[in-house]
Amino acid sequence: MNAINKNEQAALARAVLEIDVNNHPGVMSHVVGLFSRRAFNVEGILCLPVGDGRQSRIWLLVNEDARLAQMIRQVDKLEDVIAVRRHHADHAVFSELEAFFRP
Amino acid sequence: MTETLTGAQIAIRLLERQGIRIVTGYPGGAILPIYDALGQSSIIRHVLARHEQGAGFIAQGMARATGEVAVCMASSGPGATNLLTAIADAKLDSIPLVAITGQVPRAMIGTDAFQEVDTYGLSIPITKHNFLVSSAEELLEVIPRAFEIAASGRPGPVLIDIPKDVQTQAIDVTGWPMQGTRQMPPPADHAAIAAAAEMINAARRPLLYLGGGVVHSGAATVAVDLAEKANLPTVMTLMALGAMPVDHPLSLGMLGMHGARYCNLALDECDLLIAVGARFDDRATGKVAAFCPNAQIIHIDIDPAELHKIKTAHIGINADVLEALGQLLPLVSENDRKTWVDRIAALKTQFPFVMPDAGDPRSHFGLIRTIAACLDDEAAIATDVGQHQMWVAQAYPLRRPRQWLTSGGLGTMGFGVPAAIGAALAEPQRTVVCFTGDGSILMNIQELVTAGEENVNLKIVLMNNATLGLVHQQQTLFYGERLFASKFKAMPDFVGAARALGIAAVDLDQAANPCAALMEAIARPGPCLIHASIDAEQKVYPMVPPGAANRDMIGA
Repeated sequence: MNAINKNEQAALARAVLEIDVNNHPGVMSHVVGLFSRRAFNVEGILCLPVGDGRQSRIWLLVNEDARLAQMIRQVDKLEDVIAVRRHHADHAVFSELEAFFRP
Repeated sequence: MTETLTGAQIAIRLLERQGIRIVTGYPGGAILPIYDALGQSSIIRHVLARHEQGAGFIAQGMARATGEVAVCMASSGPGATNLLTAIADAKLDSIPLVAITGQVPRAMIGTDAFQEVDTYGLSIPITKHNFLVSSAEELLEVIPRAFEIAASGRPGPVLIDIPKDVQTQAIDVTGWPMQGTRQMPPPADHAAIAAAAEMINAARRPLLYLGGGVVHSGAATVAVDLAEKANLPTVMTLMALGAMPVDHPLSLGMLGMHGARYCNLALDECDLLIAVGARFDDRATGKVAAFCPNAQIIHIDIDPAELHKIKTAHIGINADVLEALGQLLPLVSENDRKTWVDRIAALKTQFPFVMPDAGDPRSHFGLIRTIAACLDDEAAIATDVGQHQMWVAQAYPLRRPRQWLTSGGLGTMGFGVPAAIGAALAEPQRTVVCFTGDGSILMNIQELVTAGEENVNLKIVLMNNATLGLVHQQQTLFYGERLFASKFKAMPDFVGAARALGIAAVDLDQAANPCAALMEAIARPGPCLIHASIDAEQKVYPMVPPGAANRDMIGA
């Protein structure tokens, strides 16, 4: 996590990305590498296999940023990425996990 | 028919089936099973580089000259890390490459085994895609797929890391997969093409801006047809030089940091910029906010992530540029555009590109022009990186797509000699000239041995000013003339070094008639180093200072 405090974080607009990927080692590195090379903090990550396990779904919670649209296009370009969907920050996937992240 | 083959034999067989006839590389422990299988191949010739980076650039030279996917190989650990620069260079210039590296056996991965590095992890950000192969069966899928990825869409390098035990694993092969080939993207959106044509037809001061994608997609001819039909003055990026002959009446040559003054000033005045296979690189645009300030933008590119990345386009078209231009051409009206063409001619007269001493073969421009006069358009021209590269980009009459091999995006010193060897290997009928500098050549000088061994028809023109010219220039102009680490105190005897490494060499400094000496050296088949001292005080002008707007260029 970066150095901004909780109130500042709440004030920032967020986006939730839903990314369908092939399920094999290295895919997560490909995806998050596109964020880290820009010093773009990923606030939340969730990943589980779907269906028969040949694919996984990665959920990312990220800050809104002018660069986000282009980064999504770059994520979409990755060979192992099947689809990227963008949701608002109020998407249930992370809010329902809050119980696991109490200090 | 079922055959029992090892992973290494499968890999080589798949390369043969891909049509690969030359592979370049450097062996080592973790790739020896593949080298053993390669040695048994009667179809593939192996070119032994003298450094893995050299192998990477030789493969790049083959790919750049032909447009076909080229293959290089290295062992694990230092072999793989030495390849990385050449792979990163291929990524930035969208060059189709398949790099195959050996890896320690799977059971030893992660143990800091001898010559183990995380090649897969290291190569993620500098490849288009990469694979760590976990079984011999997987090779049947991965190798054709690597070729398909390298060649499709925006081309790029693909790395395949193969653990040694996967190379030795024997399996029954009952059938072979289809070759991996270039997959075409969907055609350009007709409505967007029609809107673009309307915009071009309505524009009063349009400019065509060609990038390396025009060369990659084979669209140079149709781009010139479009320019001629609608009288579109045309600028080219460093990567696109030769897509339109640079002495074509509509050509304004290279734009950007070292473009001609009239070229950058024309961009300032245009009301429509038609960007084709170009990516608005900072060396081309200068300060982005001041780039083509009055222009609407049509941007055609095969990579959707390039559209709207630097400049928001009024019409963004995601397509193969050859296909898109083919659709666009019949919809664009003929137009003599006299006022604009006259204005361009006036800019060319008022702000010409000056080549001082172009008639003197002992000057930098004179040397380049004299060499050009010794050659026709069939010659291939490679460069290293530095002042000489920019002078050749400015002064050499490049007239043919794929005539020009230069490290554009990454700007890698040491690129020139091995890339030129690759071009000469791929197209032995051509004369290949590599312009280099006294800094750049030392970064891969060991490849002179390769050039001698392969007896390639390569002329290396070493423009020696005993300085790191572009560093010297920036320190002089922007760092208060505090020259530091940019003037070489010790200077090797390059002519003697070339001969010691096994190729012929001539010293123009000692020649009574430099023109005659040049012609003789170029006409003699085989590799030759041509050494020429040049003046260290010469600058690459015009120059847009870093961060400045293109209109604020200095010099000449």
